[in-house]
Amino acid sequence: MKYTLTVNGQSRTVDVAPDTPLLWVLRDSLELVGTKYGCGVGACGACTVHLNGVPTRACMTPVSTVGRMKVTTIEGLAADANKLHPIQQAWSELDVAQCGYCQAGQIMTAAALLKDNPKPTDEDIDGAMAGNLCRCATYMRIRQGIKRAAVIADAGKETSK
Amino acid sequence: MSISTLNAPVNRRDFLKLTGLAGGGLALAFYIKSGGDAVAADSATDFAPNAFIRISPTGAVTIVSKQPEMGQGVKTSLPMVIAEQLEVAWKDITIEQGDFDEKKYGNQGAGGSNSTPNNYDNFHLVGATARTMLVEAAAQTWGVPASECRAENATVIHSSGKKLTYGQLAAKAATLPVPAKEAVKLKEPKDFKLLGQRISQFDTPKIVTGKPLFGIDTKLPGMLYAVYEKCPAFGGKVVSANLDQIKTLPGVKDAFVIEGNGKVKELVPGIAIVADSTWAAFSARKQLKVVWDEGKVASESWENFVSQAKEKAAQPGQRTLRKDGDPDAALASAAKVVEANYVYPFISHANLEPQNTTAYWNDGVMEVWSPTQIPTIGAGLVSRVLGIAPEKIKLHITRAGGGFGRRIGADYLIEAAAIAHKLKAPVKLTWSREDDLRHDQYRPGGLHFLKGGVDAKGKVVAWKNHFFTFGEGGSPGSGGGLSPDEFPGRWIANYQAEQTMFDTGWPMGPWRAPGSCVFAWVIHSFIDELAHAGGRDPLELRLELLGDKDEMPGGGGGGGGGKGKQGGPSYNVSRMRNVLKFAAEKAGWGKKKFPKGSGAGIAFHFSHRGYFAQIAEVTVTKEGQLKVDRFVTGADIGAQVVNLSGAENQVEGSVIDGLGVLMTQELNIERGRAVPSNFTDYPLIRITDAPAKIETHFLKTTYPTTGLGEPALPPVAPAICNAIFAATGKRIRQMPLSRADLRWS
Repeated sequence: MKYTLTVNGQSRTVDVAPDTPLLWVLRDSLELVGTKYGCGVGACGACTVHLNGVPTRACMTPVSTVGRMKVTTIEGLAADANKLHPIQQAWSELDVAQCGYCQAGQIMTAAALLKDNPKPTDEDIDGAMAGNLCRCATYMRIRQGIKRAAVIADAGKETSK
Repeated sequence: MSISTLNAPVNRRDFLKLTGLAGGGLALAFYIKSGGDAVAADSATDFAPNAFIRISPTGAVTIVSKQPEMGQGVKTSLPMVIAEQLEVAWKDITIEQGDFDEKKYGNQGAGGSNSTPNNYDNFHLVGATARTMLVEAAAQTWGVPASECRAENATVIHSSGKKLTYGQLAAKAATLPVPAKEAVKLKEPKDFKLLGQRISQFDTPKIVTGKPLFGIDTKLPGMLYAVYEKCPAFGGKVVSANLDQIKTLPGVKDAFVIEGNGKVKELVPGIAIVADSTWAAFSARKQLKVVWDEGKVASESWENFVSQAKEKAAQPGQRTLRKDGDPDAALASAAKVVEANYVYPFISHANLEPQNTTAYWNDGVMEVWSPTQIPTIGAGLVSRVLGIAPEKIKLHITRAGGGFGRRIGADYLIEAAAIAHKLKAPVKLTWSREDDLRHDQYRPGGLHFLKGGVDAKGKVVAWKNHFFTFGEGGSPGSGGGLSPDEFPGRWIANYQAEQTMFDTGWPMGPWRAPGSCVFAWVIHSFIDELAHAGGRDPLELRLELLGDKDEMPGGGGGGGGGKGKQGGPSYNVSRMRNVLKFAAEKAGWGKKKFPKGSGAGIAFHFSHRGYFAQIAEVTVTKEGQLKVDRFVTGADIGAQVVNLSGAENQVEGSVIDGLGVLMTQELNIERGRAVPSNFTDYPLIRITDAPAKIETHFLKTTYPTTGLGEPALPPVAPAICNAIFAATGKRIRQMPLSRADLRWS
């Protein structure tokens, strides 16, 4: 079956089985491999993408259900290709990653949190991030990274005023 | 190479042996080659004095990282060492991952926290040698003595103020002979600008933007996608399967049986399904119907072994690992005797990147892209199992999404190569999460039946342990061998350790700090029991136990991580005492008053050449909910923390990993097969259970710089369990905590 998707602002057409999870469409058909396979059952969060801005498990999302929803992946998170999203900036500054495999999913979930809640507390962060596993256990830096990103995002607003 | 050697302190002689170096020449000679021999120089005018550094006339500086990167940070930290001595600013350096080529690079195995200690000194020399040659090139160009020149920020500066950049000097430097080690002056630690700083990983930009980086991200033109179905019971054989039907399914290109080589940790028998996409292969697999010959492993269950151990605990063990003095007499005359049984289950590594490898059998060459920790093991398997000459194997080391010891095994790599061997196209094998949990090389479980005695003053006077472990092929699985020198053996006059082993067909492998990761929990929990029995402060009793000696010689060999035959390395007691006092001071041990439900616990451990002491402060709610409020680590890993950011990250990760294993991890084995299937029934720790606060303190000493992937983990679980006891009076003797009732009133 042919499906036309809007991925990172671009229209992309793929020819795949209707039950193909969006994860494998991104990885195998569209060569967007930043979205990771970790469990295939929605338990680890490594495959988190945004559908119309909402963090969603790509491994549990058949391509046939995506329709006209806007898909944003880690590759398209930064609105401006030359400037990282505040979460990405904070992750770079604080050297959050160890192996880095889960971090695309962490960043996508964190970016959605920050959009809804520009100044999250530790409790807010733990609540929002509880679905994303990090086997290297970089959780302390994930907490710090989100707080740092909140500061970066806030400063960005100031300068754009 | 056996895994046990990975956990041993590698002295120079062993190093030469491991890397296959013959003769008495310096190991360094291996790395430092003349310009002509140096590799990957892009043009004749590149300056490439050794396998690790390349400077082009444009001034571009490339450092090759030979060690596999799996999150332990070596792709950043070890090039930092070269950059420090080379005098090039970090931002101006590009790092390339070296392919597997031990003739060029020396040993490329990453395991046993050995990457740093095995390469640290060499990489100082590698960087300094290149810098020396660039300075010499400038001096010759100017006709001045080299002693009047210095290097800084990729530039050589003469005392007159004249300057030439490394780019300008590259062509000239490339013509110079490589100086002898004695002619190379190393920068002194007091002059270090980079080492000890917090440096973000070199791959961070790719990680945060989702660029291809990991093994699973490999994509080649015309590549096919494979899955590999193995018998649920370990090592079982294929009798028959509906291959004809599978071959008709959408996207399927081929399906075939692979016989395996008869080894449960190498090429395991199974069925390969090859398709035009991952999902087509995954989908076809759901239709697969296989008749298996499960073999005798299907009669082996964890619970059954536990029952047998309990029956045999009072009997003599199969082997006496160590016996000093007369433990029975000492127990009989002790003021107090404590008996306790400790049990920990098998667990999985659960790397978040499932095992995978891409392979291409083309024109008599097997080319492989694999997230591997010890590439020589995988390359060796390809050669041995498929009969391909070593020089016809090209292995590209990719970044690995977690190691923890799992990717020392190369079962997934040989599976991919065996599948590729039957195809005419490149193929990527991807394990499902279920494959990964059900076909791991597990950390062995174990049981310890302990008796300890204290005298009227609370001094430990006797210690007996009947240890039950699990074997494969007649010897304990990796990490299942208790060293005769394991602490507190050697320290207690009346000490006995006996071992009984259940031989199984279960695959076992090294799991982060093999042996140490569980023995420290048993030992330091039981020491805590003895401290409380004798009315002693847990820190003070530990210091008394360590005693006044500065060095405790060991019997040599791998210690807890190996096959359990040898003793351990020499134990520097003064380092342990000092780091224990240091951590206690940082934590304010004994100075805090905790309300009921809260408390502090302490533990220490020496492994992988690192000396670690840790203090946990926890709160357990009346409903039995555990929260780690604060966790303090004191670490002695020698003279130099290489990358402070990476170092702190390793310790924080080890603390949370240790906590996570303690809380929930349990890989039950029934009828020779793993019971859990995915993270739904094999839960890993999440952010909600991470400690509120983790503090990491490095105690700088004059000893050699050592690694950090493992040694911070072993004392974590006992520190937390001892804190739980202080908080609630409940002693945890079985992992995981999810089996315990921590409620109190």
